[in-house]
Amino acid sequence: MKKIFVTAVASLMAAAPAMADLVFPSLSYRTGPYAAGGIPFADGYADYFTLLNERDGGIGGVMTRLLECETGYNTEKGVECYESTKGEGALVYQPLSTGITYQLIPKTTADDIPMHTMGYGRTSAANGDVFSHTFNYPGTYWNGASGGINYLLEINGGDIKGKKVALVYHNSAYGKEPIRTLEELQKKHGFELSLLPVDHPGQEQKSQWLQIRREKPDYVMMWGWGVMNQVAIQEAANIRFPMENFIGIWWSGAEHDVLPAGEKSNGYKALTFHNVGRDFPVFADIQKYVVDAGKAAGAGDQIGNVLYNRGMYAAMLAAEAAKTAQGIHGTADITPSMMRDGMEALSITEEKMAALGMPNFGPSFDVSCENHGGPGLVGVTQWDAASQTWSLISDFKETDMEVISALIEADSGSYAAENNIESQCK
Amino acid sequence: MPEQLAFAIEVFLNGLMSGVLYALVALGFVLIYKASGIFNFAQGVMALFAAMTLVGIQNGQVPFSHLINAILGTHIHHFGWHIHSVLAIAMTVLVMIALAWAVQKFVFRYLVGQEPIILFMATIGLAYFLEGFADLMWGSEIKTLDVCLTANACLPQGINLAIDETTYNWFGYGFFIDNLDITATIVAIILVIALVAFSQYTKQGRAMRAVADDHQAALSVGISLNFIWVLVWSVAGFVALVAGIMWGAKSGVQFSLSLIALKALPVLMLGGFTSIPGAIVGGLIIGVGEKLFEFWVGPLVGGATENWFAYVLALVFLVFRPQGLFGEKIIERV
Repeated sequence: MKKIFVTAVASLMAAAPAMADLVFPSLSYRTGPYAAGGIPFADGYADYFTLLNERDGGIGGVMTRLLECETGYNTEKGVECYESTKGEGALVYQPLSTGITYQLIPKTTADDIPMHTMGYGRTSAANGDVFSHTFNYPGTYWNGASGGINYLLEINGGDIKGKKVALVYHNSAYGKEPIRTLEELQKKHGFELSLLPVDHPGQEQKSQWLQIRREKPDYVMMWGWGVMNQVAIQEAANIRFPMENFIGIWWSGAEHDVLPAGEKSNGYKALTFHNVGRDFPVFADIQKYVVDAGKAAGAGDQIGNVLYNRGMYAAMLAAEAAKTAQGIHGTADITPSMMRDGMEALSITEEKMAALGMPNFGPSFDVSCENHGGPGLVGVTQWDAASQTWSLISDFKETDMEVISALIEADSGSYAAENNIESQCK
Repeated sequence: MPEQLAFAIEVFLNGLMSGVLYALVALGFVLIYKASGIFNFAQGVMALFAAMTLVGIQNGQVPFSHLINAILGTHIHHFGWHIHSVLAIAMTVLVMIALAWAVQKFVFRYLVGQEPIILFMATIGLAYFLEGFADLMWGSEIKTLDVCLTANACLPQGINLAIDETTYNWFGYGFFIDNLDITATIVAIILVIALVAFSQYTKQGRAMRAVADDHQAALSVGISLNFIWVLVWSVAGFVALVAGIMWGAKSGVQFSLSLIALKALPVLMLGGFTSIPGAIVGGLIIGVGEKLFEFWVGPLVGGATENWFAYVLALVFLVFRPQGLFGEKIIERV
């Protein structure tokens, strides 16, 4: 009798579908020189998945599991994290580093695991026809460069001919990303572009800012990260460069970038592809189900910060892609390959965002096989030092896709030729 | 005055100021190397640790609060007080003395007589330990540093208007000199005078010099090596605190601060590892050299020349004077 019972239980266990967790790795950096930016992003990413588990019972009835791995913003460690976590059924990677992204593009493609590099990484990966497993919606660095110039056009009545624009950039692959786009836009709009590289880590920028003081550009754009941001804003204040004419990319526009300069940073601007502040219903849910329940990834004091919001936004887009994948394949227990399909069919509408408690938090967009980069809409935020808050001062606006598409086509075409990649979207 | 000449003078002066900041970091290396023959890889992290401790004490931050909260389930982060800068600096100095004692007691006491490379590797381990310890103790977020004597007398930053106005009247172009750099220069001068006075006119200072000259001879006349090394590490800790304050005031106190050690290496190569004047002169040469090179040659080669030029300049000096400008000449006879 006992033998029959054991056999029956074993048969039942074998027949029932095993509902594994939906695994979302988080390649975070909570230590080292870049921790100040890495912590809020990682907290936002983790807290959103905790919210889904606590409030909704996971995604499509399957609980999510966050797999955090510390990279220290180090490319080698990032690749190690990828290798050590991919066997756990990782659905999508967010490497949070352009260096790691470049290393993982061929690996994720070979392993059939999608990768989302939101607002960073290799811009030409927006061409899904070449980069089948890399997604960089809703915007890229080239959208950022064009968005910045569009903003200058807007505040100058559509004409910036003869205006001087200086780009202060981190002297790395990341910092050099916007140069080609800006050079093309320079030809189109007739502004004068000067390039001022800053060596890693960027603690010493006296030469660059003395040059800016001598040459008196009308506007300064910045592609910085880490300590470079804080020093640049301080140096700009020191030479009394007008802060309202100083515009950083979205990785140069968080609270910790401006706070060290105090009141002198007032008016500094930064580009963005998502909204700022904590005036969104989703944060009340995070407070209730995550922070108050003692399940927050951090101390719960980062909610509403720019990079916390960005981490949460990345998690939301991953969760919505997982839901889409579940719908496409008719199963809640999706694989990384199915997740890729979900990401490629992702549709974000304002109705959906409002239902998620994030009205007007980010742009509406559809991903397709050809376009993994989304609409590339860019907004502008501005820092108010008195209230210590960022405010969105423009809508999310279109960027110059005529220029950007040509550059994406050329760069991804070279990559396809070098790596013998055939069209993925036939 | 021709515009380009005025620009070059401005760059030269700013190079001098930057050189002072580099020298401040290099001084800590020299002090320890001179007294114990240890190249202290952890000097940059000591500057970070000192600055973080200063801000933490000043703002009443509870040390190890994240660890305490994680273990006990509490939510304590601050004591709720703010300590005056002078008192906070004094307390930080005590912490740095305690660190010096701990380093001597738990690390270097066991490595007496070991090869220099072993001692160097121990300082690499110390750097990693101290960085993690600082993270655990004070957290990873960027902290704003406000060192003030009174509410209205804080570390000044920004353009010095008097110099701007005066040079404009003289040359038709107002020079930019940062008030923080001027302050750093004054502090560095006071620090060097104090260090020289300490080593020349105090009993402990003379003992320090004796140890630096010859360990065994110093031991034979009753000088305690342990005490002197704790003293030297304490003084280096104080220098690290000064460097941490000056650099931290620019960028906020954050983990990148430990990388300022990279700026000190070419200074040491050029000035010599055993000379306090060498650290100062080396810092000034590197500061001026890299700034002028960036000003004249940078635009022709795409900029960002400062980091590598500093090392190239140091290497050129090494070719002609391997011991550095002020280093002790090593003569080994077979």
